[in-house]
Amino acid sequence: MSSIVVDRVSKSYDAVEAVKESQFSVEKGELFGLIGPDGAGKSTLFKMMTTLLIPDTGDILIEGFHTVREYKKIRKIIGYMPGRFSLYQDLSVEENLQFFATIFGTTIQANYHLIEEIYTQIEPFRKRRAGKLSGGMKQKLALCCALIHEPKVLFLDEPTTGVDAVSRAEFWDMLKRLKSKGITIIVSTPYMDEASLCERIALIQTGEILRIDSPENIIHGFDKPLFAVSAQNFYQLLQDLRTQPFTERVEAFGEFLHLTTKEAISTEKIEAFLNFKGHREIEIHPTTATIEDVFLDLI
Amino acid sequence: MLLKIFWAFVKKESFHILRDTRTLFILFGMPIALVLIFGYTVTNEFKDASIAVIDEAQDDLSQSLVEHLTASGHFRLIDMPPNKAGIEAAFRAGTVKFAVVIPPQFERRFYRDKQASVQLIADATEPNYATTLTSYASQMIGAFQNEHAEQGALPYQLDIETRMLYNPQLEGAYNFIPGVVALILMLICAMMTSLTIAKEKETGTMDLLLVSPLPPILIIIGKVTPYVLLAFVDALIVFVMGVYIFNVPILGNLGVLLGLCLLYLLVALALGVLISTRSTTQQTAMMTSMFTLLMPTMLLSGFLFPIASMPSFLQYLSTIIPARYFIDIEKAVMLKDAGWEAIYWPSLILVIMLLVLLVAARRNFKVIYK
Repeated sequence: MSSIVVDRVSKSYDAVEAVKESQFSVEKGELFGLIGPDGAGKSTLFKMMTTLLIPDTGDILIEGFHTVREYKKIRKIIGYMPGRFSLYQDLSVEENLQFFATIFGTTIQANYHLIEEIYTQIEPFRKRRAGKLSGGMKQKLALCCALIHEPKVLFLDEPTTGVDAVSRAEFWDMLKRLKSKGITIIVSTPYMDEASLCERIALIQTGEILRIDSPENIIHGFDKPLFAVSAQNFYQLLQDLRTQPFTERVEAFGEFLHLTTKEAISTEKIEAFLNFKGHREIEIHPTTATIEDVFLDLI
Repeated sequence: MLLKIFWAFVKKESFHILRDTRTLFILFGMPIALVLIFGYTVTNEFKDASIAVIDEAQDDLSQSLVEHLTASGHFRLIDMPPNKAGIEAAFRAGTVKFAVVIPPQFERRFYRDKQASVQLIADATEPNYATTLTSYASQMIGAFQNEHAEQGALPYQLDIETRMLYNPQLEGAYNFIPGVVALILMLICAMMTSLTIAKEKETGTMDLLLVSPLPPILIIIGKVTPYVLLAFVDALIVFVMGVYIFNVPILGNLGVLLGLCLLYLLVALALGVLISTRSTTQQTAMMTSMFTLLMPTMLLSGFLFPIASMPSFLQYLSTIIPARYFIDIEKAVMLKDAGWEAIYWPSLILVIMLLVLLVAARRNFKVIYK
């Protein structure tokens, strides 16, 4: 039995269709990612999965329980970390954790083994008010609070948004360790680079799921010629490539441009063209796709 | 288990209250400030009112009338302008709010013609003040007349004996202490609870609470309990200030009074919860509470303006204001020591209101959103 089954779920707010006929399932103990930009419908899906919102059509089962008919049973077995920091800012780290442990009918001591690794990092600040913590600390505390009752399924809605790069990396390490304890984890993120850290991902855009697969398969599925290009005048390079007939798409990727071409073309040919355009310090080589390339290609 | 969770809520809510100076001020500064403001500034009572007397008669009787008026201690004579023209200037300058004009040949007319008149002039830009001064002066002049009239000189005299029941000195405090209690309980129970619940929605913590296995009713009860206790403490503070500072009596049974306080408090609480179910931000909760609760409680409950003198439309509207019934109850118990028959009807209405509001709040509180 799958841990999460989302079956042709739709949800509209007034005229806006936030989620359209979404369908996917997550296996027990899997680390599953919902990848998509802001406004793609990720949070709406999360709210429906965590029993806070009723789907217009379709059904969702969490550990075999229906989110509308059996929401009370689901609420005992899930942990939820909402999109923005939602703890009590005027309570201390310890008080927040204590409170959430109590309302789930447990104690910090009883499940300390689950949060120990994470909690030891914020323990020096346990008397500090949650509102005064840094972004990374807040996120760790929120994760502790979501884990304190030993949930079977963990829902993390954009846990790394607004968090520094180091804390983000640490956070993903923590998720991998949690996964090894058998907890099903579904996480959403707008950062494409985090997608490869999941076992399987669903690419989502304007309420529609575009593709579901492992990050590797998704990348391998990208069969168009792709080049990384750079030159001294980066902006002019982008302009020149955009207007070429062989170009399908050009996007900036850090210090390189990713150029997708309509048909196979040799690097020499592109280089010759750029020389002709007067570019200097040209660097060009074929490259493998990233999730972002695939995503941009799909939309 | 549930009890433990309940206490966790009470503890958490108390931390929120104690760590927020603004909330603390509203909870404890506000009642005291309101009592003092109403006690010392918003009042129709007057002491040492500056009045002018134009004595055009200058005879024995007119002199003793002036003495009679000033002897009470309520009026303070200011420099008398010699004529009516001078007094008009004084009114315009605002140095005088009230004047007594005694016409020439006052004594002769009084004793011989048995027909003397005294003119009272008041600055009616402040109508309440003018009315109070005029009626007070009229009373004193009436007494003066009785004193000086020769036996049998006024054969058809109708003596009017006035007794002000339950509040012989016409103390403003007898009215405002019950009113302030009604206002404070509404403020704390309805406004503060709607704010605290709306805050959880606004910051997203309500989602976390809902995703927990807790029954929603427990979440609400846990959240509002500290406010109930604090509101009760506030009511006690106002009563104590009323009794010891403003000498408002509590003639009836204190237990009955506090018990009915609790009933009114629950009505206010249910209103607060109902408002919070309809608002998603603190701002809307605040505005809704202000306009649907605080203003009507002040204006339509009979606290500031007598219900009987309102236009009939507002009188009808005032029948749905809980404070109106609570103020009736308070006055009946505190000032009249009235029996059960006087309070059972307003109490029953409050009970019905409570039930209706609880049902409405229950229906509006969404466990899952559509």
